Amino acid sequence: MSLWVDKYRPKDLMKLDYHKDQATRLKNLVQQSDFPHLLVYGPSGAGKKTRIMCLLRELYGSGAERLRQETMHFTTPSNKKIEIMTVSSNYHIEVNPTDVGIHDRVVIMDLVKNVAQTHQIDSSGQREFKVVILNEVDDLTKDAQHALRRTMEKYVATCRLILIANSISRVIPAIRSRCLTIRVPAPTENEIVTVLHSVCKKEGLSLPTELAMRIAKAADRNLRRALLMCEACKVQKYPFTPDQKVPEPDWQQYIRETASMILTEQSPKKLGEVRQKLYELIIHGIPPDMIFSGLLCELVRNCDISMKCQIASYAAEYEHRMRLGNKPIFHLEAFVAKSMAIYKKYVEESLGDAF
Amino acid sequence: MQAFLKTGKLSAADKPSTSGSKPSKKKPPAPWVEKYRPKTIDDIVDQGEVVQVLRECLSGGDLPHLLFYGPPGTGKTSAILAAARQLFGDITRDRVLELNASDERGIQVIRDKVKSFAQLTVSNTKADGRPCPPYKLVILDEADSMTTAAQAALRRTMERETRTTRFCLICNYVSRIIPPITSRCSKFRFKPLAKENVIKRLQEVCSAEGVDVGDGEVLQQAVHTCDGDLRRALTALQCCQRLLGKVTADGLIEVTGLVPDNLVNEYLSIKNYNELEIFVKKFLMDAYSASQLLEQLSAAVVCAGHLTNKQKCVISEKLAICSHRLLDGGAEFMQLTDLGCTIIMANNNP
Repeated sequence: MSLWVDKYRPKDLMKLDYHKDQATRLKNLVQQSDFPHLLVYGPSGAGKKTRIMCLLRELYGSGAERLRQETMHFTTPSNKKIEIMTVSSNYHIEVNPTDVGIHDRVVIMDLVKNVAQTHQIDSSGQREFKVVILNEVDDLTKDAQHALRRTMEKYVATCRLILIANSISRVIPAIRSRCLTIRVPAPTENEIVTVLHSVCKKEGLSLPTELAMRIAKAADRNLRRALLMCEACKVQKYPFTPDQKVPEPDWQQYIRETASMILTEQSPKKLGEVRQKLYELIIHGIPPDMIFSGLLCELVRNCDISMKCQIASYAAEYEHRMRLGNKPIFHLEAFVAKSMAIYKKYVEESLGDAF
Repeated sequence: MQAFLKTGKLSAADKPSTSGSKPSKKKPPAPWVEKYRPKTIDDIVDQGEVVQVLRECLSGGDLPHLLFYGPPGTGKTSAILAAARQLFGDITRDRVLELNASDERGIQVIRDKVKSFAQLTVSNTKADGRPCPPYKLVILDEADSMTTAAQAALRRTMERETRTTRFCLICNYVSRIIPPITSRCSKFRFKPLAKENVIKRLQEVCSAEGVDVGDGEVLQQAVHTCDGDLRRALTALQCCQRLLGKVTADGLIEVTGLVPDNLVNEYLSIKNYNELEIFVKKFLMDAYSASQLLEQLSAAVVCAGHLTNKQKCVISEKLAICSHRLLDGGAEFMQLTDLGCTIIMANNNP
């Protein structure tokens, strides 16, 4: 039994639940003789991958859905052996080059070269090109992005690239200008509610609208998360009641606890305890920038405007440093210490005013 | 590389005919940018002086080493390619070596490839006896991305092979070219194109492609979104045509990834933190790009009538810092919040 998220993933461009205009446009694009490189971007859970899989199906028929996993091996110029997981069908190959860290350039060059040099086996296949899907392009090193730009031009005859990114801020302009960029905004809450209803209907469940609204709200415009939450709700308690508790991802709760610890007491001892919590979060694989933004949202909740601004500006500064450095914990802790200091000063001042 | 692409296309076109079962496919249409690249130097939009000099050379004069610089999309590459085609005619391929940033261009390549190409002597007649200039042309496109070492390796080569080879360097920022090279070349600045000329050119292309652009408004928008960059404007038009089947102002904004003006203004007039939080979340959820917002914001701040000079200074300074952090890979949420806080503070204390 698969999760609802996978079970009810639309397989056809025309069956997508939202951004229908865009779907029609994509369909038209496939009909045309030249298919450009694509750069698809949008927040997570907006349906980027779903759209791309639909597009592939449109391009190659159902053969594109027979997927297999392979491990590929590469050797870097410094003779280091690296391996990377790929998911591929006869027509496309998908990799996540950021898995190999700073060696992503090698992966991109070799992989695209490999794919581009082998022609389609099936000569009656309607397309002359294969598709390479690269995930998380915005996290590629600059080096790799420049390599990409060269590869894109060179092998345009035999392969097309579909790049997936969360935001195009970090994609170099040279790549942006070579691709047809497709923006996939996150679904609105109403759209999520509609999808939840239709999924529940297919499952033969009845979902109260109120609960659907609350799930949509808690999911932060992330459809995947909404569906997972909905399924979790069902496991917890069925039939649904409108005032049912919506399970929240526990890391969010954890961050909230951490933030309230910072606000209750500002001392070196507490800082040590907070550190334990931060380590816990990092160990469980929560990306440090999400910890940062979670902490920021919680910390500024009960401050006045000038303090909010101070904390926000320090958060931005320490987050930036974290990107440049390589141990997130230092910078997280620095931010915690700084916000403790600001808070304590503020409390002392207001106490001083009171007397 | 040009040759490589061409052979790739040829073989692709050959295949269907050998299999016989399939109707021969027409070649994929070329990007408009390539299709409508100026064929002769007289087709170049604007850029009077450069065209003047190139015309002199074509009519028999000698060509100096050239250094073209200017913002992207102003016709630098087009100018030299058109000139080369007119100079050499059908032997262009033998006489011109074109290297751009996507080719390997380390010091080794300069030493081996460029040097050996430069050392070849060529005759002053073509194979069929007609005269042609007795030199070759090396075009180094996007020269500002060459390493300093590679540029330094070029110095002596440039001088020693003057008899047989002319160099043409093309770059966006002349300050990134080392002085010894700039002093060996005659420099030409390519001005940003005048709006009317860009519109005229776009109109020509559109009518040649049979694209209906309605009245001038859409093209105005195209020029506005791409400020003076003809290539970007053409690419945007083509993308729009390809994706939507027609060219509209909204479509142009969508394909160029611009942030709608009302969002920029909304961000600039935020007055409290809650608004800011909601705005930033919504902005990122709609998948707009933060760096693009900053770019447009900086223009908006400078022109904003309702801000005092002091406010403008404060906002612009923070904007610069945030933009730098974003380029380093900082999280968009953080940076936008930070900049937003500064804007709030500025808005509240005029």
